[in-house]
Amino acid sequence: MSHSEAEKIRQCVAGAVQKFAGEPGPLIEILHAIQDELGCVPPEAVPPLAESLNLSRAEVHGVISFYHHFRERAPGRYVVQLCRAEACQSMNSRALEEFVRGRLHLDFGQTTPDGRITLEPVYCLGNCACAPSMMVNGELHGRVTPERFGEIAKEWGVA
Amino acid sequence: MSMPVTVYVPGDASACSLGADRVARAIEAEAGKRGRAVNVVRNGSRGMFWLEPLVEVATPAGRVAYGPVGAGDVAKLLDAGLLEGGAHALRLGDISAHPWLASQQRLTGARLGIVDPASVVDYVAHGGYVGLRNALAMQPADIVRAVTDSGLRGRGGAAFPTGIKWQTVHDQKAAQKYIACNADEGDSGTFSDRMLMEGDPFALIEGMTIAGVAVGATQGYIYLRIEYPHAARALAKALQAARAIGYLGNDILGSGKRFDIAVRLGAGAYICGEETSMLESLEGRRGEVRVRPPLPAIKGLFGQPTVVNNVVTLASVPVVLARGAQFYKDFGAGKSRGTIPLQLAGNVKQGGLVERAFGLTVKELVYGYGGGSATGRPVRAVQIGGPLGAFLPVSEFDTPLEYEALSAKNSLLGHGGVVVFDDHVDMARMARYALEFCAIESCGKCTPCRLGSTRGVELVDRIIAGRADSSRNGAQAADLALLDELCDTMFNGSLCGLGGLTPFPVRSALKHFREDFQRAT
Repeated sequence: MSHSEAEKIRQCVAGAVQKFAGEPGPLIEILHAIQDELGCVPPEAVPPLAESLNLSRAEVHGVISFYHHFRERAPGRYVVQLCRAEACQSMNSRALEEFVRGRLHLDFGQTTPDGRITLEPVYCLGNCACAPSMMVNGELHGRVTPERFGEIAKEWGVA
Repeated sequence: MSMPVTVYVPGDASACSLGADRVARAIEAEAGKRGRAVNVVRNGSRGMFWLEPLVEVATPAGRVAYGPVGAGDVAKLLDAGLLEGGAHALRLGDISAHPWLASQQRLTGARLGIVDPASVVDYVAHGGYVGLRNALAMQPADIVRAVTDSGLRGRGGAAFPTGIKWQTVHDQKAAQKYIACNADEGDSGTFSDRMLMEGDPFALIEGMTIAGVAVGATQGYIYLRIEYPHAARALAKALQAARAIGYLGNDILGSGKRFDIAVRLGAGAYICGEETSMLESLEGRRGEVRVRPPLPAIKGLFGQPTVVNNVVTLASVPVVLARGAQFYKDFGAGKSRGTIPLQLAGNVKQGGLVERAFGLTVKELVYGYGGGSATGRPVRAVQIGGPLGAFLPVSEFDTPLEYEALSAKNSLLGHGGVVVFDDHVDMARMARYALEFCAIESCGKCTPCRLGSTRGVELVDRIIAGRADSSRNGAQAADLALLDELCDTMFNGSLCGLGGLTPFPVRSALKHFREDFQRAT
């Protein structure tokens, strides 16, 4: 890691800590702020974070690793979250899952080599009367069919 | 230009997932081209999702609905006189008169799809804040009594009497008390919390404020799941509006009482919908379940007395205080009083939000409101109450949707979600999924949940692999018995409902759909 990257992380941590300093139990709020800015919570953020909150590194790491949302590496430009829960399964999301994995050549948790697309599982998006559902960078899509997926994926440059 | 015409295009996440944002933009653009002024209001959804995006136009004769409207329909709709309520194939007329809505009993969701969720003025114009005004004129103990008398029970799943919880917090002596709203609506098949937060957020804000006044809490937290960005935006807007006009802050409506609300986002953990795990997460820690006692009402958030209620529960409080405990209690069946916003989801033709007094049967819901499966195939099962809820076969569809009746069938109402499956469903795979989900989401604190779920997945995998192999009949029977035994251990030995209730879907699948675990497929 270059000096400037390390400095960027340090400043981001300091800014986030300062922003929530007055609030009780602020660690998760701070982690959100860091991930919103850097795209992830890099391992290098843990020591300064632990020190400024008077927590052990293990405690901070324990929180980061507990939650599915927090990640150690920045994801692709498009984060594709496919819902795997029951309501989507009832509308054949398992077949959609197979299709999407094949089309993107990705398994869950993987990112395309060009850093464009990350595929993630999600367990319910609250769109259960319009299943199957998918969220892409916070935008929700309902009644997703393989055909519809293909149209949406064109916007990400997937042929 | 003439007076702008008000056009309602839902900003509800589900409506948006079907293109409502594009429809709203198209209406503005096409109206502009025609020199017509429009005021597009992004309302909540009425909950008729097969008709979304459902556009409504305010005409002198009342609101006229069109749906489902695609962005490509907009130009032709305007040519047909959309802004005057003109005739068109998509015209539905007065949607509130539609039997699907007119037959409902919307108390908690009375304003859904009707009001502008960003406007406190609109909320007040539709009966909002009457409950809080009444509450501010009452003694705190009397507010608690009204909630107790209404028979309101926690709508998040545990169905604990809300008034009793409030009474406990009210009776504690503490410098700081909290209202913690559980908006971690993680059950598949549920979306009533989401719809309320997006479509009528002031109902939740008012309910939390009443709770604060009743028990002497000055700070509220909404623990909102990260998967709900639309709700986060709606809440942020509504909280700001409520503060600006004095419905939140240091002197609520000049009463001298203080109450404010902060939203804290979850980070993708189903277990944080369990109340003690949610409190841990609100405190910035791993969402591991706490051992009870002490109850959160005595030692909750940051060690202080805390009311923990879910969104629908708190949003049901204003109507209790506005119309009276008896009014609310007169709805319902048995010990399940009031109304329940049921969420009809999955493989169903007419899915959405059905708020009715407790007691509607599964059959009335699935066929009456739902119109059967979306695929047109025969319905084979429903799962009620999310991933920890039991599967019911069609032969059990006369069961009324209320707490005790479902409990008697080793089932639960949970958060009121009903997911429909057609005859393509493989119930062995659904049982496997229930265990897999438990393994993914287990907080790891207790062994039956952490390990039992993984052993369960392995066991069901073996059972599924053995279905086609008739020479394995004896081993198959032994595995099925072992699976039942594992369920017994998880049910009796787990610390909370995740490990403890995962046996519900597994055992109900085994009981009602045993052929799926045995036959060759």
